[in-house]
Amino acid sequence: MSEKNKIMLRGNDAVIYGALLAGCDCFFGYPITPANEIAHSAAALFPMLGRVFLQAESEIAAINMVLGASSAGRRSITASSGLGISLKQEGVSYLATMDLPAVIVDIMRGGPGLGNLGPEQGDYNQVVKGGGHGNYRCIVLAPNSPQEMCTLTMKAFELADKYRTPVYVLADALIGQMIESVSLPEPVDKKPIPDWATAGTAKYRKNFITSIYLDYDDLEQVNIKLQDKYQTIKDNEQLCESYMTDDAETVIICYGIVSRIAKSAVNMLREKGCKAGLLRPMTLFPYPVDEIRRLEKKISSFLCIELSNGQMLDDVRLSMKSRIPLHFYSRMGGNLPTEQDIIKKYLSVQDKKND
Amino acid sequence: MTKKILFGKPKGFFDVYDRRPGIKDSTHYCPGCGHGILHKLIAEAVVDLGMQDDTIFICPVGCSVFGYYYFDMASISVPHGRAPAVATGLVRANPDCHVISYQGDGDLGAIGFNEFIQAANRGENIAVFFVNNGVYGMTGGQLAPTTLPGQKTLTSPYGRSVETEGYPLKVSEMVAALDSPVYVERVALTSPKNIRAGRQALRKALTYMKEKKGFSMVEFLVGCPVNLKKSTKDTDEWIENSVIPYFPLKCFKDIAAERKPKQSAVGIYDKLKVKNSLLETEKIHPFDESKVPVPAIEGELRIKCAGFGGQGILSLGMLIAEAGHLQNLKASWLPSYGPEMRGGTANCSVVLSRESIGSPIVKESDVLIAMNQPSIDRFSADLSGEGLLIYDSVNIKFDNPLKRKAYAIDASLIAKDTIGDVRCANSVMLGAFCEIVAAIGEKSFINSIYNNFQGKEKVIEMNLRAFEEGRKSARKLMQS
Repeated sequence: MSEKNKIMLRGNDAVIYGALLAGCDCFFGYPITPANEIAHSAAALFPMLGRVFLQAESEIAAINMVLGASSAGRRSITASSGLGISLKQEGVSYLATMDLPAVIVDIMRGGPGLGNLGPEQGDYNQVVKGGGHGNYRCIVLAPNSPQEMCTLTMKAFELADKYRTPVYVLADALIGQMIESVSLPEPVDKKPIPDWATAGTAKYRKNFITSIYLDYDDLEQVNIKLQDKYQTIKDNEQLCESYMTDDAETVIICYGIVSRIAKSAVNMLREKGCKAGLLRPMTLFPYPVDEIRRLEKKISSFLCIELSNGQMLDDVRLSMKSRIPLHFYSRMGGNLPTEQDIIKKYLSVQDKKND
Repeated sequence: MTKKILFGKPKGFFDVYDRRPGIKDSTHYCPGCGHGILHKLIAEAVVDLGMQDDTIFICPVGCSVFGYYYFDMASISVPHGRAPAVATGLVRANPDCHVISYQGDGDLGAIGFNEFIQAANRGENIAVFFVNNGVYGMTGGQLAPTTLPGQKTLTSPYGRSVETEGYPLKVSEMVAALDSPVYVERVALTSPKNIRAGRQALRKALTYMKEKKGFSMVEFLVGCPVNLKKSTKDTDEWIENSVIPYFPLKCFKDIAAERKPKQSAVGIYDKLKVKNSLLETEKIHPFDESKVPVPAIEGELRIKCAGFGGQGILSLGMLIAEAGHLQNLKASWLPSYGPEMRGGTANCSVVLSRESIGSPIVKESDVLIAMNQPSIDRFSADLSGEGLLIYDSVNIKFDNPLKRKAYAIDASLIAKDTIGDVRCANSVMLGAFCEIVAAIGEKSFINSIYNNFQGKEKVIEMNLRAFEEGRKSARKLMQS
């Protein structure tokens, strides 16, 4: 394992390191807890490196500034949390329809409504399923450490450009707030301004970027093209981490901070002689369907654990082809399960099986 | 014989409207619509001023949503009301481009007023052309913020009531009151005389933008004969007789001569600069395993630090995490969250390990460092069987019911009397931790203190002394 350039970084700060290492030119954002440190880091580091930082007047303005900078062919990013993401959804729908790359970071807090500042995963549906109006999806990456806050943000820019689509980095308040050793990758090579941009020179004068198609057939074609893009993404970009699944009986499925607690719980269960495994989706769209279908052939049940009312559970169910039991455990409102909670649930699931 | 063309299509328009599906040789605008005249003035001006290649024309939501069909310029069609935000993104990302934010009265005055007024107040280097025809055109003729008192629309069928809808929004007057904008003028595209004045105003705004003088807005009073249910001639008369008296034609502000051209940073990624700034800094630790042996920790060392807010509990945890990190351990630090913050304790979780760390939240701890009574009451039961406890005996009475390994350190007293500042008690505890747990070399703790208090020499000196006192005190306890 080569671990160079090690530094202790807060998850939220690591997002900005990742953005800068990925050649991001512009940050636009609006203050919101628990995502604030992302803007603080951007305010300090972007101008220092000759890049653009601007505190927008609203979440709506911020996402539209991203839309403008992305149209100019520059890598750009915005960050928010729950309710702020709700406000951005109109702009994200436009970005998706206009084939514009962008990176949006969501540090989920407790909801619905104003909620609270604790960790939750209640934004899953609004981020993973599209969220705004129309038939679009966004690629969604789910880091579970400051290290991945950095590297998955870098990957988000790469995927956004590759597929010309908005990409989310979806984390929770704890992954955003925790500090951990991070090994910083080398910065990427400079990218040329893409041919489709409205970059303000003669070469780009012919370009126009729009999302209005009055003719029904034209708009249907736009929709079909988007669905083709999403199919390619589903075929090629599924990412997940499988831990102790080779001989597992029951596999726990979870992401973000829950996956960190569950990993400890799996280790404790193994010490007790229980064959527990862990599947952690690192992409939520595309969902790691292939790995779920591979695992379901060899295990006896899944246990999905979330900080939501079962928003991801639907995707597990849709991914499964077999009829093995799928169990569910959740905490909401900013609460977290402890290792002991998870172990208890795991054991109760095993007992049911043995009944 | 040379042929002189007196009237022709401006070069800023396409000859054939290939961006338009279907009909390629005419526009979608209704007869008598004000957009036609304004489009023509823009198409002429951008070419005359040499701005065609570097201008991006923003189409709003409204009838001019299809402006890009006709202008031979780069163009974006944006969400309703958000044109000034998109324009901001464009010019901030690329200060060498020019942006025309073309907006109607609903777009600018209603749904997008905040984006508009904030972009104006930031003095973005853009030109806003505000088309005020007193009605929502594209949706079929509803009340606009600029609809006149008494004027009938689909959503004010009895006429606009100033009692319920208020008076029309005077956008030019409002934006001119701000300090940042350089140029604000209201014109009307009715008579040839008025149109000539409008042409001059439009060119002035574009010129200021080209000179990077900042934010300009020109408000154009125009007609929408279809929705006003008037002939073209009657529409112009109505503007002259009814609209202009309410919205007087005037240059409200023209201070570009006083302003220096904007010099914005150009957001261009420089790989070497990023590498030098982020990777080649003091914060990055070059790990050499031959020189810095990785501590032989088995599994995870899970530590809880707890005390009053203000005792430097979070820093204490961070100093331990950083010291572990400096010896190439994996280290995680997490401040107290949610329900744990209740009950008078600030606390943080620190985990050190040779392997990647599982949960960063410490419930069952291997080490508890407690600095006040509520902390020990709350967390001592969570100590693991072999767990050990280090506590500030000045603030805490503890009779150790579960007979854990416990070390009482007079941290607050040592900090106050020996060091001279009670705030250094956390570093006394750090010294005790270093000595008692003995997993990490003292050099790493000392480096950690240097890194944490970077530049503050007096603070570093005091904390180093406190650290040494803590070690001494722990050694004494361990010997006895």
